[in-house]
Amino acid sequence: MTRLLAIDYLMIAAAAWGVIGLVGLALQRNFSFVAKGLFPFGALVGLLVGGVALLALGGTSQTAELVIGLPNLPFHLHLDNLAAVFILLLGFVSAGISIYAAGYFRQGEGTAPGVLCCEYHLFLASMLMVLLADDAYAFMVAWETMALTSFLLVTTDHRHAAIREAGYLYLLIAHIGAIAILLSFGVMTSGSGDYSFSGMREQELSPFWASVAFLLALAGFGAKAGLLPLHVWLPEAHPAAPSPVSALMSGVMLKTAIYGILRVSFDLVGTPIWWWGVVALAVGIITALFGVLYSTVQSDMKRLLAYSSIENIGLLAVGIGLALIFHSYQMEALAALALTAVFYHCLAHAGFKSLLFLCTGSVLHATKERSLGKLGGLIHPMPWVAWLALVGVIASAGLPPLSGFVSEWLLLQGFLFSPGLPHPWLNMVVPVVAAAVALVAAMAGFAMVKFYGIIFLGQMREPALKDAHDAGIWEKLGLLWLACLTLLLGVLPATVILRLDAATRQLLGKGLADRVAENGWWMLAPISPERASYEPLIFLAIIAATLLIGRELVHRLYHGRVRRSPAWDCGYHFQGPRAQDTAEGFSQPIRRIFEPMFRMERQFPTPRDRQPIYTVKVSDHFWYWLYLPIVRAAGWVSQLITNLQGGRIAIYLMYSFLTLLILIMVARP
Amino acid sequence: MNATPLFAQLINLFAAVILLLSFSMLAQRRVIQLINLFALQGFTLFLSTLVVAVNTGQSHLYWSAGLTLALKAMLLPWILHRLVRQLQVKSEVEPLVNIPTTMLIGIVLVMISFNVALPISQLSSAIARGTLGIALAVVMLAFLMMITRRKAITQVVGFLSMENGLFLAATSATYGMPMVVELGIALDVLVGVIILGVFFFQIRDQFDSLDIHHMERLKDN
Amino acid sequence: MISIAALIGQVFAIVLALALAPLLTGWVNQWRAWLQNRSAPPLLQPYYTLHKLFHKDVVLAHGASPLFRFAPFIMFGCMLLACGIIPSLSTDLPFAPAADALALVGVFGLARLFISLAAMDIGTSFGTLGARREMLVGFLAEPALLIIIFTVAMIANSTSLATIVETLAYREFAIYPSLAFAGIAFTFVSFAENARVPVDNPATHLELTMIHEAMILEYSGRHLALIEWAASLKLYAYSCLGIALFFPWGIGERDNFLALVAAIPLLLLKLGIGGMLLAIIETINAKVRIFRVPEFLGTAFLLAVLGLLVRLLLEVRA
Repeated sequence: MTRLLAIDYLMIAAAAWGVIGLVGLALQRNFSFVAKGLFPFGALVGLLVGGVALLALGGTSQTAELVIGLPNLPFHLHLDNLAAVFILLLGFVSAGISIYAAGYFRQGEGTAPGVLCCEYHLFLASMLMVLLADDAYAFMVAWETMALTSFLLVTTDHRHAAIREAGYLYLLIAHIGAIAILLSFGVMTSGSGDYSFSGMREQELSPFWASVAFLLALAGFGAKAGLLPLHVWLPEAHPAAPSPVSALMSGVMLKTAIYGILRVSFDLVGTPIWWWGVVALAVGIITALFGVLYSTVQSDMKRLLAYSSIENIGLLAVGIGLALIFHSYQMEALAALALTAVFYHCLAHAGFKSLLFLCTGSVLHATKERSLGKLGGLIHPMPWVAWLALVGVIASAGLPPLSGFVSEWLLLQGFLFSPGLPHPWLNMVVPVVAAAVALVAAMAGFAMVKFYGIIFLGQMREPALKDAHDAGIWEKLGLLWLACLTLLLGVLPATVILRLDAATRQLLGKGLADRVAENGWWMLAPISPERASYEPLIFLAIIAATLLIGRELVHRLYHGRVRRSPAWDCGYHFQGPRAQDTAEGFSQPIRRIFEPMFRMERQFPTPRDRQPIYTVKVSDHFWYWLYLPIVRAAGWVSQLITNLQGGRIAIYLMYSFLTLLILIMVARP
Repeated sequence: MNATPLFAQLINLFAAVILLLSFSMLAQRRVIQLINLFALQGFTLFLSTLVVAVNTGQSHLYWSAGLTLALKAMLLPWILHRLVRQLQVKSEVEPLVNIPTTMLIGIVLVMISFNVALPISQLSSAIARGTLGIALAVVMLAFLMMITRRKAITQVVGFLSMENGLFLAATSATYGMPMVVELGIALDVLVGVIILGVFFFQIRDQFDSLDIHHMERLKDN
Repeated sequence: MISIAALIGQVFAIVLALALAPLLTGWVNQWRAWLQNRSAPPLLQPYYTLHKLFHKDVVLAHGASPLFRFAPFIMFGCMLLACGIIPSLSTDLPFAPAADALALVGVFGLARLFISLAAMDIGTSFGTLGARREMLVGFLAEPALLIIIFTVAMIANSTSLATIVETLAYREFAIYPSLAFAGIAFTFVSFAENARVPVDNPATHLELTMIHEAMILEYSGRHLALIEWAASLKLYAYSCLGIALFFPWGIGERDNFLALVAAIPLLLLKLGIGGMLLAIIETINAKVRIFRVPEFLGTAFLLAVLGLLVRLLLEVRA
C-alpha cells in the first residue's frame, strides 16, 4: 500500500466530518451521544486537519482527483501552501469551536441538535473542500454547500421572524456574490472551456479582461467577507446564529473569502495591475473605518462583534491592497511584508474573534440576555469566561503582547516603507491610509473597552444576573484552547512567520523567512533589528516581573492590608447600577463626533415626563441609500411584469409562441 | 542625509512654517489671533525672501524682502487691527463648515497641490523648488478660508494670505519677479485693503453686520 | 552579545526614571504654583505623597474584582517598560529591541486599556465617565502619535528608537521642516495623554471636567501610589520621547561610557526646561470643553499627517 499523502488525509477528514454529520442525523434521539460524542470527535478531526496542514506547509503541492461529481467532470483537488495556511486555520480554530459546541447546544432550542450536528459538520467539510478545490466546478459546489449549510445554521432559531429575515438576507447576498465569482471564473477561462485552475493560470488575459475578472472576484468574495457595500448581511446574520456558528462564520468562513481573493489576484489572474491594489486599499479602509465606527455604537454584544469583524476584514483588504501595489511594482520584499501581515491577521482574527463570540455565547446562556444595557458585573459569577474574554479583548484591540498587535505592527511596517513607490500620487495617499489604519486600531480599543467593561465589569444592571453561572467544562475547554492560540500567536511571531513563509514565497517568490530566521525565535525583525524589532516575550516578561516583584516589594516594605467598604464615588451614596453608563451612553462621544456617519432615530424625554425615556437607534446609511432603492426598483419592475399576466391560457400560449418565433429568427448557426 | 545646501534647507523650513501658519489660520477661531497669525506669516515670508536674497545676491530681492516686512508683517496687520477695533467685530470667527472638516479638506488640498506642482517644479532650476507645491497649497488654503468663513474681514485675510502664497512661489522657485511687478502688486494689495476697509464701513452701515450672509439679499430677483 | 556595560546602562536608565519621575512632577507643580502666584509646594512633595500613600491601608469597594487590584501594577509595568526602551541617556539599551516606536504606542495603549477597565470595575457613575473620556482622548491621540513616529521613522528609515536617535543626533546635520509639524503635534498629544490643562486638569476634582482623576477616584493606598507614580513615569517617558525625537543631541552613543556620564546633567537640564515650558503652557491656556477635545486632537492628527506629507514633498524628492 502506498503512503498516504497530506491531501489524502485531508480528504479523509472531510469525509469523516460528513460521516459525523450523517451519524448525528441518524441518531437524533440520542442527544447526549450527539453532543458529548460527535462534537468532540469533530474537534479531533479538526485537530488532525490543522496538524496535517501544519506539516504540509512548506512541502511540495499535491493534487488529487475525486471521481464523484458530474459525469466526465471529476473534482480536481489541490493542496498548496496558500491553501495549507487557511486549512491550518480552519482545523485549529474549528477544533476549539467544536469542543465548545459540545457543551453549548441544548435540546429544545430551535433546530434539534442532531440536525444541527449534521449541518455543522457539513459546513466544516464544505469549507475544507473550498480550500482544496482546484477547478471552478468543485470550488463552486463546495462554495454553495458552504453558503447553504451556513444559512441553515443561521436560521437555527427559525421560530423568530427576525432570524428568518436575517437568514434570507444572508442567502440573497451570498448568491449575488456566488454569481460574481462564477462570472469571474468564466472570464478567466477566456473561452477555452478549461475550468481547472491550472488552465486559468495558463490563459493570457488582456489587461481589460484581467481587471474585469479581478473586480468580479473582489465583489463576489467581498460579498462573503463583508466588504462595503455588501456587508449588510453580516451584522444581521451573526447575531441571529447560535454563538458557535457565529464564531465559525466570523472566524473561519470570512477567511475563505479572503482566501478566494488571494487565490484569484495573486495566483490565477496573472500579473496584477497597480490600480487593483488601490481599489482594494480604498474599499478596505472605508470598510474598516465604517466597521469600527459602527461597532462602537452598538448595544447588542453580538452585533458589536459582527461590526468589529467587518472592520477586521477591511484591514485584511487594506493589507491585500498594499501587497498588490508592491507586487505590481515588483517590490517583492515589501509585498511579502504586507502579505505576511494579511496571513497573520487572518490567523489572529480567527482566534480572537471566535473566542469573543463563544464568550458571548456563554454569557447568553447564563443570562438569556444579549443587550449590553442589561448586563454588567459578570466577572463575579463567571470568572472563567471573563478572564478568557479579556485575552480576546486585548488581542482584538490590537494591543501588545497578543496576536492582534503583531499583524497590525507588520501592516504598519509595510506602510512605513511605501515611499519607494514610483508613483507620486500613491506615495502621498498611502501614508494617509496608514493614518486611517492607526485610527481604526485605536477605535477598536474603544469598542473593546465598551464591550468588556459593560458586560463583565461594574455592577449588575439586572437583579437576575446574580443567578448567572460560569461556563461548563466543555465550553471552558474550547475557550481555553482559543485563548492559548491567541496567546501563542501573540508571543511567538517569529516562529509562526517562519511557518507561514512558504505561502508568501509561493505567491510572491520571496518571503521574510531569511531575515526573520537570523534573529532567533524570540525576536521579530522583518527587515533588520536596526530598522524595526519587536520581542513580545521580553515585553510580557517585563510586565509580569513588575507585577510580581512590585507586589512583593510593596508588601515587604510596607504592608498588604486591605479594608472593604462601599464605593466612594465622590460621596454620592445613591449608587444604583443605573448610575453606570449604558451602552448608548458609553458611545455618546463617538456618536457626537461622527454624527453625519450614522442614521440615528432618537427619542428625547421632555422635562415634564414622569417616566422619562431616552432611546437611540443607530442604523446603517447603506441600507437606506443603496438597498431600499434597489428593493423599490425591483418591486416596480415586478409590478410591470405582473401586467403581462392576463389569466387567459390563450395569451400565455401566445407568449410562448412569440418567444419561440423570436428565438428561431435570432439564433442561427 | 542628502546634500541639500543649508540655505535650501532654510527655505524649505520657512516654507513649511508658512504652510503651518496657513493651517493655523484655518483652525483659528478668534479674529485678532487670525490677524496676528497673518502678520507672522508675513514675517516668515520676509525671512525666506531674505535668505534667497542673501544667497543669490540679487539686490532687488532685498528690496522685496524689505517691502514684505513693511507691508505684510507691519502695515497691513496694523490696518486690520484698527479695522477690527473700529468696527467692533465680534471676536469669534464663524465658520460655515466646522473646523475639523475644513482641516480635512485642507489636507486633501495640500495633497492635490503637492502632486500638481510636482511636474512644474521639476522644470525649475532653483534648488528649493519643492516649495512650489507648498506655495500652491498656501494659495489653495487661503481660498478655502475665504470660502468657508462668514465674516468679511476673514475673507480679506484669506485674500492677503493668498497673495503671500503667490509671493512665496515667485521668490523661491524663480528668485523673484521683476521689481516693477512686485511694486505693482504691493501697491495693489495696499489699495485693495484700504478700499475693502471702506467697504466694511459701508456694509456695516447698510446691514448693521459684517456677515456676508446678508449680502445675498443684494441679488436681483 | 549584550555587554555588561550596556546592561548596567539599561538598569541605570530605569532606576533613574523611577527616581526622577516624581521629581519632574514636583518641578512642574512648583512652576505652576509660581506662575499662578501661589506659594509652591516643596519640590519633593510627590515623594512624600507616595510614601504616605504606600503606608495607608487600601480601602477597596465591595464590588471590586481582582482586575481592579492588579491594573495599577500593569499600568506601572507598562510605564516602566516605556521608560526602559526610550533612549534617555544612551542609545545602547538591551531592552530596546523588545519594542520599537510602534510597539511603544502599543504599550501606552495597553496601560490605557487596563486603567479604563479598572475604572469601570466598581460601577460608579464617575468611573465609567472617566473611562469613556479617557478612551475618547486615547483613540484620537494614539493615531496622531503613530503618525508623528511615522514621520520621524521615515527620516531615520527605522522605527527603532535607538536608531532614530543615532540618525538625528550623529549624522550630518540637516533641517527637517517636517519635524516642526511633528513637534507641534507631539506637544498637543503629550498634553492630552498626560492629562494636562487644555484637555484635562490633574489638580481638579471638579466632576464635569475631570478625566484621569475620575478614573482613579476609587483607588487608595498603595494602588493609588502606584498609579500616581505611573502617571509621573508617563510624563517622564513622554518628555524623554520628545527629547529623543526632537532634541536628541547629547544622548550617549553606543560603547561610549563617558558620554553616558555627560548625558546626565544634559538630560536634567532638558527636563528642567521642558517642565518649565509645560507649566507655562498650562498656565496661559484655559481648559477646553470636553467636546472641543476632539477638535484639539484632530488638529494634532492633521498636523502630524501634514508633517508626513511635507516630509514626502520637501525632503524625499527635493
